[in-house]
Amino acid sequence: MADEVLVPITCDLDVVTARQKGREVAAGAGFSSGDQTVIAAAISEIARNIIMYAKRGEIALSVVTNGDRQGVVVVARDQGPGIRDVERALQDGHSTSGGLGLGLPGARRLMDDFDVASAVGKGTVVIMSKWRRLHA
Amino acid sequence: MEVPILKQGHYLIASIQSALTDADLSQLREALIERVGRFRARGVIVDVTALDVMDSFAVRTLRDIAHMARLRGAETVIVGIQPEVAFAMVQLGLTLKGVSTALDLEEGLAFLNQQERLGDRRAPGRMDRG
Repeated sequence: MADEVLVPITCDLDVVTARQKGREVAAGAGFSSGDQTVIAAAISEIARNIIMYAKRGEIALSVVTNGDRQGVVVVARDQGPGIRDVERALQDGHSTSGGLGLGLPGARRLMDDFDVASAVGKGTVVIMSKWRRLHA
Repeated sequence: MEVPILKQGHYLIASIQSALTDADLSQLREALIERVGRFRARGVIVDVTALDVMDSFAVRTLRDIAHMARLRGAETVIVGIQPEVAFAMVQLGLTLKGVSTALDLEEGLAFLNQQERLGDRRAPGRMDRG
């Protein structure tokens, strides 16, 4: 993926930058403004999780084509404390930070594909994507 | 980026001009709650037309503003939520339950004026009670 956009996440301004870049990438890939906002909102939640739990990390954005579908793929990586119970973290209203507990489950609802890999003490990777049909 | 807060009669109008960081949102909350007291405001309008995204933090902060302002005696109305922003909010499961909303600034002002008229009629300790 040559045209990957990488956004370092180290402060809350980077959360805004990441979601704005996400919107740009989605717009470039032909997503509707509604879908651009959905993708931006999902990135905002995931980027904030990085700040809250891991302090720093990065978000990579890319556009992929799969048959007659085109997708925006968002990969969020950090080397933070990791998530002890991923299933639980994906449940609505579950929060270990005093937040709304909407970060991961909310982002999952917004996107088409969503996966989390986490190792305690090593970090977390979230991969999520949104698809649209080409020639639709 | 600081959000300008304008005073219009008994009302405060916070007009968000661009995307806001979490820190900007928290700063807006503190500024509004302080100014409700300083200006003895009865109503607060937060215009979010320019907000690119309303995620969980933004929604929680707006809800906190509305609840805190009410505890200080002012009614809050959120105006200008764009269609695609509303769509993403619903997908996220964010509803702003218990917070008044209106289509735009004009409707927001009309709403507050109406609330004030209702409030005047119900307010205790007025002259006509003797």
